[in-house]
Amino acid sequence: MRTRRTALSLLAGLLALACPLGPAAAQAPEKLKVVATFSILGDLVRHVGGERVEVTTLVGPNGDAHVYSPTPADGRRLSEARIVFTNGLNFEGWIDRLIQSSGTRAVKAEASKGARLLEGEDNPHAHGHAIDPHAWQNIGNAKVYVANIRDALISADASGRAAYETNAGAYLAELDSLEAEVKGLVAGIPAERRRIITSHDAFRYFGDAYGIAFVSPQGVSTDAEASAKDVARIIRQIRRETIAAVFVENVSDARLMERIAQETGARIGERVYSDALSEPGGPAGTYIDMMRHNIRAFSAALSR
Amino acid sequence: MRMCASAALPEAPPVLDLAYTPFSEFDFMRRALVGVIAIALGGGPIGVFLMLRRMSLTGDAMAHAILPGAAVGYLLAGLSLPAMTIGGLAAGVIVAMAAGLVSRFTSLKEDASLAAFYLLSLALGVTIVSLRGSNVDLLHVLFGTVLALDDGTLLLLASISSLTVLALAVLYRPLVLECVDPVFLRSVSRAGTPTHLVFLGLVVMNLVGGFHALGTLLAVGMMMLPAAASRFWTSDITMMMIASILIGICSGIAGLLLSFHLELPAGPAIILSAGFVYVASLLVGREGGILWLAWPGKHLEA
Repeated sequence: MRTRRTALSLLAGLLALACPLGPAAAQAPEKLKVVATFSILGDLVRHVGGERVEVTTLVGPNGDAHVYSPTPADGRRLSEARIVFTNGLNFEGWIDRLIQSSGTRAVKAEASKGARLLEGEDNPHAHGHAIDPHAWQNIGNAKVYVANIRDALISADASGRAAYETNAGAYLAELDSLEAEVKGLVAGIPAERRRIITSHDAFRYFGDAYGIAFVSPQGVSTDAEASAKDVARIIRQIRRETIAAVFVENVSDARLMERIAQETGARIGERVYSDALSEPGGPAGTYIDMMRHNIRAFSAALSR
Repeated sequence: MRMCASAALPEAPPVLDLAYTPFSEFDFMRRALVGVIAIALGGGPIGVFLMLRRMSLTGDAMAHAILPGAAVGYLLAGLSLPAMTIGGLAAGVIVAMAAGLVSRFTSLKEDASLAAFYLLSLALGVTIVSLRGSNVDLLHVLFGTVLALDDGTLLLLASISSLTVLALAVLYRPLVLECVDPVFLRSVSRAGTPTHLVFLGLVVMNLVGGFHALGTLLAVGMMMLPAAASRFWTSDITMMMIASILIGICSGIAGLLLSFHLELPAGPAIILSAGFVYVASLLVGREGGILWLAWPGKHLEA
């Protein structure tokens, strides 16, 4: 008897607690819940979705999506979502398993679909990475991402079509002016100085689109530990080709880059961002800020 | 004559070239070499004592115990050498002391109390590193970078190995006695407990040093594998320590060269070389090697 009464009062207490939450949640405008796998994609989705969409990113600022291990909370976020935005191209190797195990009915949208792709570098460490996944480093590809995101949002939430199209249009215009700025800055760097060493091979799209050569001491994925031969090769190359600047990313081992810089006399450039944004208030809080920050850092180190 | 020729011509003999050029051309290889030698110098003798006192797995446990301290240092100051060193030392010493005291003054044996403490601290360490939000650097923290030793790290490694050698020289007698006859040592002297604690302190110091160069997991390898291999060549403790140092240095050089020529990651290549020496010693070592056990006659003749 006593236990039943306890159970009843507990239940009543829980209900009392739950009641205020229910109506409040119902009153708020129903937002479209979507998940983006990493911070850069999340930022793009946020710009296109605007007010109508609630975006959750799985791999947060400064995190590395290559070696991310999902948490149970991620599974829950997935199961609540209507759309899961991924980069695709094997960038998030863990996402398919996560989607399956979470049992979500969300639609998976690959943002890189239709983007201009580059073959991955021939690298013994990177098995099966036929295509380099870091396509967003080309602003032209980012525009494709935005279009894909817009289409996916419209097909999930047709009533918001006008808003999504306006947002995407405005954002595409911003990307156009960003691309013009990048091209202008690259044009200001003497052609023979457009060579950079960076620790993680994520800037090939950037280099391909805007004409800066990037050399890296690691393979295409951050999984592999650099061998002595890799490091030696980079040092020889810096000496041979008199490369002026070494750049450290936000997701790689800074100690190794410093050693290389010390040994060759190359300058260590400002930290640049490739796979992840910085904290919201930081130098690369959004995709546009990130690209602008990177090109300014490159041009500052190379123009002198 | 041969030497003169190689000095005069830019091309050295091919074999010599393979072993010599990586170090002559690259500063980072020379630094890695110095670091590895320092680690072998301190870690070898420590490993021998750990092995003789049947505490081989203690080293492993201690290596994990260092993690939360280093993680706190990392959390407060990023990839900073002093912060991570102090943190690692503190955590290691606390766990070593706690486990040592528990085993001396309660009925729980040392291995059990160590296991308890190191599991706790390992879990704590992983939690603390994950708190930072980014999971990337954990791998770098765990696997270290022997190829990126800066002046500070090299000085740290060198001072740790010097201190270790000095301390072992001072503590040699009580340590050996504790290995062979702890009961006798307790009956003639009160040095047992302090010796034990200082020794554990040395273990922690060497692990923290190895941790900066090879990472927590591999640091133990440079301590235990040369020691275990040296056991197959001699039964004299002094010789064993010298042998373990030499084996450590040779595997370090071999590992670095392998990493250079075959594009293997440096840390694992060093430990694999040490592991190769161990297996070879296991097979052909004069003291209890499998080959000598199979044909005991040869052994008696020799």
